[in-house]
Amino acid sequence: MKFNEDWLREWVDPGVESGVLAEQLTRAGLEVDAVEPAASSPGLSGVVVAEVLESRPHPNADRLKLCVVDPGGGDRVEVVCGAPNARAGIRAALARPGARVADGVKVRRAKIRGTASEGMLLSMRELGIGDDHDGIVELEPDAPPGADVRAVLGLDDSVFALSVTPDRGDCLSVAGVAREVGAINRLPVRGPSPDPVPPAIEDRLTVALEAPEGCARYAGRVVRGIDPAARTPLRITERLRRCGVRAVSPVVDVTNYVMLELGQPLHAFDLRRLEGGIRVRRACAGERLTLLDEREVELRPSTLVIADHRRPVALAGIMGGLDTAVSGATRDVFLESAWFDPSDLMGEPRFYKLDTDASHRFERGVDPEIQKAAIERATRLLIDVAGGRPGPITDERAPSHLPGRSTIRLRAKRIERLLGMALPADEVAGGLERLGMEVAETEGGWSVTPPARRFDVAIEEDLIEEVVRLAGYDRVPPVEIEGTVRPGGDPETGVPVSRLRRVLVDRGYQEAVTYSFVDPAMQSRLDPEVAPIRLANPISTELAVMRSHLWMGLCGALVRNAKRQERRVRLFETGLRFRRDPKLEARIGDVEGWGDRGRDQVADVDQERCIAAIAMGPADPEQWGSAARDVDFFDLKSDVEALLGLTGEPDRFSFAPFVHPALHPAQTAEIRDGGEPVGLIGALHPNVRGELGLPSPVFVFEIALAPLTAARLPGYVPVSRYPSVRRDVAVIVEDGVAAGRILDEVRRGAPATLSDAVVFDLYRGEGIGAGRKSVAIGLTFRSESRTLDDMEVDGFVEAIVAGLEAEVGAELRG
Amino acid sequence: MPTEIEDLKAQALAALAAAATREEVERVRARFLGRQGVVTGRLRGLGTLSPEERPAAGQTLNELKNALQEAARSRREALSRAAVDAELRSDRIDVTLPGRGPRAGGLHPVTRTLERIETFFRHLGFEIVEGPEIEDDFHNFEALNIPAHHPARAMHDTFYFDDGLLLRTHTSNMQVRVMEVQPPPLRVIAIGRVYRCDSDLTHTPMFQQIEGLVVDERASFANLKGTLAAFCRHIFETDLEIRFRPSYFPFTEPSAEVDIRCVICGGTGCRVCGRTGWLEILGSGMVHPNVLANVGIDSERYTGFAFGMGAERITMLRYGVDDLRLFMDNDLPFLRQFAGGG
Repeated sequence: MKFNEDWLREWVDPGVESGVLAEQLTRAGLEVDAVEPAASSPGLSGVVVAEVLESRPHPNADRLKLCVVDPGGGDRVEVVCGAPNARAGIRAALARPGARVADGVKVRRAKIRGTASEGMLLSMRELGIGDDHDGIVELEPDAPPGADVRAVLGLDDSVFALSVTPDRGDCLSVAGVAREVGAINRLPVRGPSPDPVPPAIEDRLTVALEAPEGCARYAGRVVRGIDPAARTPLRITERLRRCGVRAVSPVVDVTNYVMLELGQPLHAFDLRRLEGGIRVRRACAGERLTLLDEREVELRPSTLVIADHRRPVALAGIMGGLDTAVSGATRDVFLESAWFDPSDLMGEPRFYKLDTDASHRFERGVDPEIQKAAIERATRLLIDVAGGRPGPITDERAPSHLPGRSTIRLRAKRIERLLGMALPADEVAGGLERLGMEVAETEGGWSVTPPARRFDVAIEEDLIEEVVRLAGYDRVPPVEIEGTVRPGGDPETGVPVSRLRRVLVDRGYQEAVTYSFVDPAMQSRLDPEVAPIRLANPISTELAVMRSHLWMGLCGALVRNAKRQERRVRLFETGLRFRRDPKLEARIGDVEGWGDRGRDQVADVDQERCIAAIAMGPADPEQWGSAARDVDFFDLKSDVEALLGLTGEPDRFSFAPFVHPALHPAQTAEIRDGGEPVGLIGALHPNVRGELGLPSPVFVFEIALAPLTAARLPGYVPVSRYPSVRRDVAVIVEDGVAAGRILDEVRRGAPATLSDAVVFDLYRGEGIGAGRKSVAIGLTFRSESRTLDDMEVDGFVEAIVAGLEAEVGAELRG
Repeated sequence: MPTEIEDLKAQALAALAAAATREEVERVRARFLGRQGVVTGRLRGLGTLSPEERPAAGQTLNELKNALQEAARSRREALSRAAVDAELRSDRIDVTLPGRGPRAGGLHPVTRTLERIETFFRHLGFEIVEGPEIEDDFHNFEALNIPAHHPARAMHDTFYFDDGLLLRTHTSNMQVRVMEVQPPPLRVIAIGRVYRCDSDLTHTPMFQQIEGLVVDERASFANLKGTLAAFCRHIFETDLEIRFRPSYFPFTEPSAEVDIRCVICGGTGCRVCGRTGWLEILGSGMVHPNVLANVGIDSERYTGFAFGMGAERITMLRYGVDDLRLFMDNDLPFLRQFAGGG
C-alpha cells in the first residue's frame, strides 16, 4: 500500500524525520519497502501562486492568450499562455524569468508572436505532478498569491510504500497507519472530525440482506442533483495520485479518497440505472454481469452480488457493474458502504481473476463499525466538490453475523514463558490500550477486548505479539538454547549423502542442481514408456512434467555445456524422482510422517531419492604423457563401484544386462542389491544421442540412495598366518558368456580355501576363433590352518576348470 | 727413491689418470699390482738383493704399492661419482609440468551452503530430515493454519497437479510430518527443494530451503533470537548486526523476519539491499498453538519456535553471486569456481 507522508502527519505527527518514521513502522511490523519523493520536481524553484486577473486573445495568434496575473506584492505580470483553461479568476503556478520548472530548466523572458511574456503558467508536467500538459494547473481558490508553489502543493512530501502482511487489513488506510504511529509514539490520533450531513431530501432505497453470512451490514444513501461539470480539486486528486490512484470523476474520486483515508471501500451507482431497491444475495446459476472493466463474467452461485430488483449490478466487494456505473452525465447517485465477511469473500476475487483495491481490503477484513462514518465522510466531500442533496442513510445490519468482540485472557506468566522475559505490567496494559483495546486487570494478568477491526487478534499469543511488537523485538534478549535433545551423532551403519557427493567430486564430477520439472519432450525421449506426472499450471511448457529420472535435467545441462564448447563433461545430482504407483492407494493426507530411508509416498506418488551422473568426452582431463580416449562403460562403472564400496559390502551388488528404451541395448546394466533392482548404468542410445546433437558417447547412471547409505558394521575375521598360493588359468568361452557368470561358477565349484578370484585379462582374436573369447582368471588359495601343498592346489584348479567346462562350455586354453 | 722407481710410479699414476672407466682402472692396477704386475714382480725380486739392500728397497716398493693402490681406489671412486652424476643429469625432469590423472570436480555452491547450515545445527543437536516434495494440501497448508482461500496463500504461488496434490511451497510441511510421528522434545532441520510458480530476475520456480523446528517445555522467543543470531554470525563468519522485526506467517505467533546488516555495503545502502542497508534473510516465529493442536501437542505444556530461509540467497551473499538464475544453469565455468573446500 502507498500513502503520502503529509496526509499521515495530518492525522498524527511524531515530529521525527521520514527515515526515522519509516524505521519505526518497519520495526512495528509494517515493513516500509521504499520512501520516495511525492513529486518528480527536484529542480522546481521560484514558482509562485498567481491569480489570473484577465485573459484575452493574443493579438497575433488564435490559440494563444494574453493573461494578466497577480503574483502578489502588488505586481502585475503579463504572460502568454496556450492553455484552454487559462481564464480570469483561477489561481495558477507562475514561473517568472529566473524560476525553474520541474526538470530544472530556467524560465527566460520571451517574445511570443511579437508579445513579451514575463514568464509562464505551468502544467502538471512542468510542476512534476503528472503527465498532463494540455492545460495549466488550477490551484485552490484560497491559495495566496505570491506563495511558493513548492510549499502550497507540498512538493517535498514523500510517498511510503508499505508491504502490509495479510493479517493487518486494519492498516490499509491512512487512519490505520496513523493508529500504529500514535501507539508507537504515545500520541493521540486526530482525524477529520465526524461530520454528519443531515438529509436534505427523503429519497432512499430499500436494502435487503438476503445472504447475511456474506454481508452483515450495508449502509446506503441517495444523493441527488450533483453537478456533472464539477471537477475534483487538486488537493484531492493530488493525494490520490500520491497514493497511486488515478483521478476519474468527483464521485469516483471521493469514494477512493475515503477508502484511502478510512479503509472503507465505497461504491457509487448511477441511481437512475437502478431498478427498485438493493438486494444483497447469492448469484443465480447462469446469471451474467458486465463489469466496470468491460469484461462479461458468468457468475457462480457461491458469489455474493449486489442486485437491484431485476439483475445483479455488482460483484459484492470486488467490482461494480458497467451498466449502473456513474458517468459524465450522472446527477443522482446511490452510495454504498458495506461490510463483507472476509472468509465468505475469500477465493471469489481470484476466481474472477480480479484483485481490486476493494477486494484486497474486504478479503483482509474491513472494520465493521465504520460504514456509517465513511458514508458521511464521502457525502460531505461529494457535496463540497459537486453539490447535491443527500437523502437519509439506510444502515441495514444483521447483528448475529457481524463479528463480535471477544474477550481474551492474557497471563503475565504466559508472556514470560513465550518471550523468555517478563514485561512490566503497566507497559503491557498501556500498549494494548494504545492499540484501542479494552484492558481489565485480572488475577495474574488481564482480560483484553480488541477492537472489531483487529481480525488478527483472537488468542493469547496474538496479544503477546502486540505487546512485544510495541515494546520492540530488540528488548528480548538473545538466549541460546540449552541441553541436547539427541545425544550422540549418526549411526556407524549409515553413509551420509555428503560422503557420496565427495566420492564423485573427488573422481572429477561437478555437482549440478536441475529443475525437478522438465521438458515433456526430454522426459519422453529418456523415459518413453512411463507416463509422466503433469503439472496443472506449469510455469512454462518446457518445465511441465515431473522427472521420472534425474537424467532429464542432467541431459539438459550436458547439452547446454556441449553447446558452450565443453568437450569433457562430468555432472552429478542428488534428488527425488517422481512416479505414480498404482499399488499405492493412500488417500491424500493419510500418510503421516515421512520415509526416513529416502523414499516418500504421498497419495499414489512414489518419490525416491537418487544419485545420478552423466559423462561425456575424454576419459581423463586433457593431459600430457597419456593417450586420450573417450569415456566408456567401465570408467563409469568404476565410479559406481566407488559409491557401492562405501557400504563396506560391495559384494551385495551385482550388474546384469538390461534393456531400457533410451539406453544402448548392448551397454546397459541393471544394478542390483541382493537381487533387488536399485539403479541403472549405461550408454545413451545412439538415436537419443543423435536427437540431442551430442558429439560423442554419453554414459549415465542412477542409483537409489537408500541402499547406498546403509553400510555394514565391520566384523573381524582372523587373518591366516599361512602363505597363499596363486594359480592363473585361461579358459575359452563363447562371447556371450558373461565374466560375472564365469566368476560365479568359479566360486560355486571352489573349496573354502579359495580366497580370491579375479579376471585379469580378456582376449579375442587370433588363435581363439570367431565368436569366442579367452578369459584369464587369477585364483588365490589360502588355508587358515595350514600351508597348502601344490598337489592339493592342482586338484582344486582342475575341479574348478571341470566345473567351468560343464556349466559354461569353457575350454582350457593351452 | 731411485729414479727408476720414480719413473715407474709416474708411469702408473699417468695410466690411472688416463683410465676413463672402472674397467680400465682395474686393468692398470693389474698391470702394476696384479699377480703378474710390474710392482709385484719387483717385490718378488727383493729376495735376490743383499740383506743390507733389502730393507730400504722393500720399504720403497711397499710405499709405491700403497700409493698406487690408493690412487686406483680414488680413481675408481671419482669415476663412480661421475657415472652417478651423469645418470642423475640424464634423469632430469620438468617439475613444472602438471601432474597426471583425474582432477577433482566440486560441489554445487548451494550445496556448500546447505552443508554448512546443516553442520551448524547438527552441532546444536538438531536432527536432519528431507521429506516429500509432491505434497498434499493438508501438510503444506491446512495443518499450518492456512485454510483454503486464505490471503496468505497468495504469498505462495503454488504449482498444482490435477488430483489436488501440489509441489510443496516451503519446507514447513516437514514441521507437520515430524510432529505427527515424533513426540517433543524436538530439534529438527528440514532441508530441500521447494517450488513457487514465479520466475523473474529474483525468483526461480524452484529453490532450496532450510527449515528449523524446536519444540520443548521451555522454548521461548529469546531462544529463537539466540539461536538465529548465533546462526547468522556463524554463517557469515562475522559479528553482524541483526534486526528482528514483526511479520506474519499463519503458522507462527509472534512472527519475526530476521534482517542482517547488508554484507555488501555495510549498511550505507546499495543495489543489493535496495538502499535500505538491511538484508532480509529468514522468517521465523513461535509455533502457532493451532499448528501444535493440529498434530495433537498440548500448547500449554509445550512451546516451540520455527524458522525458514532460502539457501540461494545466503549463497549469493556469501560468494557475491549477483544472478540467481546462474544456480540453475549448471554451466561448468560457473560451477568450477566453487571447487575446493571441505
